[in-house]
Amino acid sequence: MRVALLTDIHANRQAFAACLACARAEGTEQFVLLGDYVGYGADPDWCVSTVMDLVAAGAVALQGNHDCAVGNPRVQMNSEARAAIEWTRSQLGREQRSFLAELPLTFEDWGLLFVHADASRPGNWNYVLDAGDAARSIQATTAHVTFCGHVHRPALYSMSTTGKLTTFTPTSDVPIQLLQGRQWLAVLGSVGQPRDGNPAASYAMLDTTRREITYRRAPYDIESAANCIRAQGLPPWLADRLAVGR
Amino acid sequence: MVKPTLEPGTLIDGFRVEEQLHRGGMATLWRVSSPGVDTPLLMKVPRIGEGEDPAAIVSFEMEQVILPRLAGPHVPRFVAAGDFAVQPYIVMERVAGETLLPRLPRLPLPYAEVAAMGAKIATALDHLHRQHVIHHDIKPSNIMFRPSGEAVLLDYGLACHDQLPDLMQEEFRLPFGTAPYMAPERLLRVRNDPRSDLFSLGVLLYFFTTGVRPFGESETLRGMRRRLWRDPEPPRRLKPDYPPWLQEIVLRCLEIEPAWRHPTAAQLAFDLGNPDSVKLTGRSERIRRDPLSTAWRRRFNRDLTQRRQTTVTAQLASAPIVAIAIDLGEGSLALHDELREMTRRILATLPSARLACLNVLKLGRISMDTTLDEQGHNKHIDRLVALRHWASPLKLGDSQLTVHVIEAVDPAAAIVEFASVNRVNHIVLGARQNSMMRSILGSVSAKVAAEATCTVTVVRPAQTEAAATAQPDQAPQAVEA
Repeated sequence: MRVALLTDIHANRQAFAACLACARAEGTEQFVLLGDYVGYGADPDWCVSTVMDLVAAGAVALQGNHDCAVGNPRVQMNSEARAAIEWTRSQLGREQRSFLAELPLTFEDWGLLFVHADASRPGNWNYVLDAGDAARSIQATTAHVTFCGHVHRPALYSMSTTGKLTTFTPTSDVPIQLLQGRQWLAVLGSVGQPRDGNPAASYAMLDTTRREITYRRAPYDIESAANCIRAQGLPPWLADRLAVGR
Repeated sequence: MVKPTLEPGTLIDGFRVEEQLHRGGMATLWRVSSPGVDTPLLMKVPRIGEGEDPAAIVSFEMEQVILPRLAGPHVPRFVAAGDFAVQPYIVMERVAGETLLPRLPRLPLPYAEVAAMGAKIATALDHLHRQHVIHHDIKPSNIMFRPSGEAVLLDYGLACHDQLPDLMQEEFRLPFGTAPYMAPERLLRVRNDPRSDLFSLGVLLYFFTTGVRPFGESETLRGMRRRLWRDPEPPRRLKPDYPPWLQEIVLRCLEIEPAWRHPTAAQLAFDLGNPDSVKLTGRSERIRRDPLSTAWRRRFNRDLTQRRQTTVTAQLASAPIVAIAIDLGEGSLALHDELREMTRRILATLPSARLACLNVLKLGRISMDTTLDEQGHNKHIDRLVALRHWASPLKLGDSQLTVHVIEAVDPAAAIVEFASVNRVNHIVLGARQNSMMRSILGSVSAKVAAEATCTVTVVRPAQTEAAATAQPDQAPQAVEA
């Protein structure tokens, strides 16, 4: 089965639409969305509605920290994210807000675990930034592969049966076999706010039969997305950073 | 010791196990057959289980991942792989013949034979590196030759692919490989430099031409680490008749610092295939090792331990072989200048690039040509001189520039063949000026652009004023083909 993995969409309609189109074009049979549909970007309404439609059609959607913050003011955030989330709250209807509040933190199937952040304590929203973080997350599960987002920079970790951890920065469009004799943690790049220096929207395709993951990049209309953010009076850096992918 | 789980007659996923061919430290090799497959097949099965080296598993997993991604005559063709959950194996083409291992008792071999062999192995390495893979275990038992002549590189258990996670890197605290052939930087856990393979090939060339291994056979880490600061005895000390050009090549391969070796396997193959063009430096003359003071200074050299952030692809891209075809007979001065300017632009950002200037000495189809012209000058030598003269404003070092005069009936075919044999990355040539000549003789540039397997740039000089008025936007131009 071909599974499209999308995370950290952050209300970027242009990027989300571009990734959905690319993923559909390559024969996606199942969508898994790993959270953070809102915050930072200018189109929370469209993005959440699109996620709701996908879920109605069989997609899996998880909750991210920004989605959680919409209905829970106690979630810790920096000032820009806080400003964006307060504006976002005003843009969403009640049905959308309760959809976000009721999303699950994890999803497990096919021996795979999907979660927004570090899998050892999903509700704490810890980042997986390095080998140490990855080891903590991997050791907390028995899943062959864990998929997460939250970091906005693609990375692929693996731990062998002897506990040795490898770190790898994936090359776009090169399928990587997730070998069975070890556990893997795939950190996905962000759809709506990439921070790895490549401004193109990031998503990944998983082939469960071949046990292969392919990191993908989709070009999108960055200028429109940035202009929408400026037009809504959101912090200007949220618009500027899209063009540089930082 | 684990009992072998396979025996003749066993059927695995449709492959019938015939006989055991080899039992190595990490894997066993079996001859297998499959209904409907005529080519000879080989099954490689890892030795895994209690008491076996855990390295065998990781190494075998890497080979299972890397081999299917490789193509071409320099790699055994991948057929199938078996899951670790049931019975791990790889089935691949069984290349006929023997490896270089049985030749060891008859060393040293003649210089020309080893150089020809080395050129083929370097060409195979170039193919491999261009597919993002570093072999990391180049040694006689991993090299075979097809009846058609190409070298085949076996065993990808230590290899790494620069677009895939390197599972071997973290698995072992100690470097893993074959001690006598291991590059010094490997001892410092550097696994991402394709020039490590050139060092191993250098060890093989040294060994095959002298009968002596340049760094001995020490398997201890302490013994192996000596190569981080101590250079080997120059081959000429062991064999006074050792050709200087070959010593130049071999000692360059064995440089401690990868940056001092040939930048790419293609450039090494070029040198081995063109002994006359090898730029001789102090290396070729050397009859002693470096003085101990130099060796001691090296011992405290920290440069080697710097982890390089480059990839195989980047290393290859920084050091292309550019061939420039120059028509000394017909080409105008303006075209020669334009060609030189284009070459300068191409080389500007590529300090490790290599320029091969070539000229085709056209032979008549029927007439017997003499190499002397009417005045009795040797045409061949005159043209070599003219090529050097053309290139001199580029101010290239001797090791960066070679000149070649090729005698051929069909210039375009000769240029294409030169590029293919010498692993040229980019051909630059001028378009024929005289349109009448072009209509009679056909366009060499068009044929080269159509038939070459690399990038071709066709250069035209700026148009004369009269022509420029007619076509105002026809500035100097280059066509990428």
